[in-house]
Amino acid sequence: MSGAVPSVANAATSAASLPTDVRPKHLTESKGIRILLITIALLFVALVVVLPMVTVIAQAFKKGWDSYAEALADPDALSALRLTLTVALVAVPLNTLFGAAAAWAITKFKFRGKNLLITLIDLPFAVSPVISGLVYILLFGAQGLLGPWLIEHDYKIVFATPGIILATMFVTFPFVARELIPLMETQGVQDEEAAISLGAKGWRVFFKVTLPNIKWGLLYGIILCNARAMGEFGAVSVVSGHIRGETNTLPLHIEILYNEYQYTASFAVASLLMLLAIITLVIKGIIEHKMANSRKA
Amino acid sequence: MAAQVKERRVLPGFRITLGYSILYLSLIVLIPLAGLIVKTSGLTLPQFWHTVTSERVLASYRVSLLTSLFAALVNVVFGLIIAWVLVRYRFPGKKIVDGLVDMPFALPTAVAGIALTSIYAPNGWIGSLLDPLGIKVAYTPLGISVALVFIGLPFVVRTVQPVLHDLENDMEEAAALLGAHRWRTFRKVLLPELIPPLITGFALAFSRGIGEYGSVVFISGNMPLKTEITPLLIITKLEQYEYSQATAIALVLLIISFALLLLINTLQRWSNRRLRAS
Repeated sequence: MSGAVPSVANAATSAASLPTDVRPKHLTESKGIRILLITIALLFVALVVVLPMVTVIAQAFKKGWDSYAEALADPDALSALRLTLTVALVAVPLNTLFGAAAAWAITKFKFRGKNLLITLIDLPFAVSPVISGLVYILLFGAQGLLGPWLIEHDYKIVFATPGIILATMFVTFPFVARELIPLMETQGVQDEEAAISLGAKGWRVFFKVTLPNIKWGLLYGIILCNARAMGEFGAVSVVSGHIRGETNTLPLHIEILYNEYQYTASFAVASLLMLLAIITLVIKGIIEHKMANSRKA
Repeated sequence: MAAQVKERRVLPGFRITLGYSILYLSLIVLIPLAGLIVKTSGLTLPQFWHTVTSERVLASYRVSLLTSLFAALVNVVFGLIIAWVLVRYRFPGKKIVDGLVDMPFALPTAVAGIALTSIYAPNGWIGSLLDPLGIKVAYTPLGISVALVFIGLPFVVRTVQPVLHDLENDMEEAAALLGAHRWRTFRKVLLPELIPPLITGFALAFSRGIGEYGSVVFISGNMPLKTEITPLLIITKLEQYEYSQATAIALVLLIISFALLLLINTLQRWSNRRLRAS
């Protein structure tokens, strides 16, 4: 599923070569057609993407600054924010570590079953978020395979923070790995082998030789992973149990407020997550620019 | 043979990184998914069949499949136009439009869900314009499709864009020299090259649509038999403590998703081969 998520490899190639948007006259459409197509594209993006964003802002500030600030300062909102940050702080580094390890094994060595491994890493993208949550209920829930043992030892996984973290890890599992694998594939092994032959040790090779080459791709994977980790709704909704002030993340808090007809408060919290999305896309744009430049150099 | 393999491995860390990757993959993804299959095997085959073909469940497949299909088709048409305009034309704000295409990837689905519902509800910005015409969007299958169009848009644009960008001009030059009009050149020369990425983008958007939950659940109205999608039905069964039913329905959904994944991978290999051949 290499088209599932924007890849820095694609973006970099498209920015690196010459602009194709200045085309000779016989290889482009008449001015009327060009304007028509551009208008259709702009209207569609405005209707489908921009209008929802404007709505979030308009609804969030409908009752003015004070109720906006009030909704964000609400103790339940703050505890949801804390939980969301906690979940991302655990899930993102763990998936990053996995991504780096998997990419190292896959791109620096030859072994049987490599393609199968790559397919399996992508698997979570094909699974409905609802199922990503459900599988942990079936393992750790009261009726689950390990449920009785967990109850006996008084461990709580589902309807508690560990379950939310696990479901988030499942959903964001492929992000870093799938960014690093194509990138490290193109870079080959010569640099690392040279460093080894000069006597460098494994960790040193990774930090001094590999990391500088992949830092933008790695960062790219991390910010996408983080955006999804903080925004995940379906999977987390299944395992959370929706206990206010305890197991609510920001997206779940939005749902509760919305279902209680507290629209302004709901959109106020939503605007916070939208800001995160905008920041993510801006950083993503900057990274793509850097990648394209470093490739040209 | 063993010595040969060893010789090639100059770099350190193969065993530990591969071992760790497989362990982590198993713990987070494979074992939990296997648990789903183990749980379903607790049902007898007639029980399983009865669950996954009951009227309400069949209706949910229909709603999920048809709304995803419609949304993916809309995205194929407009995604192609957007990709075309972004690759081939110059206009003010192009960089921003290009960035906005990724918004559905970055925006949490719950945020999209409540925003779209408020736009298309009968008293919303667009809903109030359509209501006098007798067109209802929110709380109908059309509303579900609207949410899925939002979610699926980047898949088509981002699959078509690189292919369109890498197309060489020579075929188009030849067609123009031989006197073909632009429309004919597009249909006969460009479209055949764009068919594989369009199908892949379609399949990705379709597959995402079938599993989507967060953006749909607010706008759909969730009426059994009418606007209840399969992922929501799984959650409803869970909340009623019907674990085995939820699991059985989830297994069907999972099988559909994996079949689509297989199709997508095959399509991409086909499309890559064509690109390399040309």
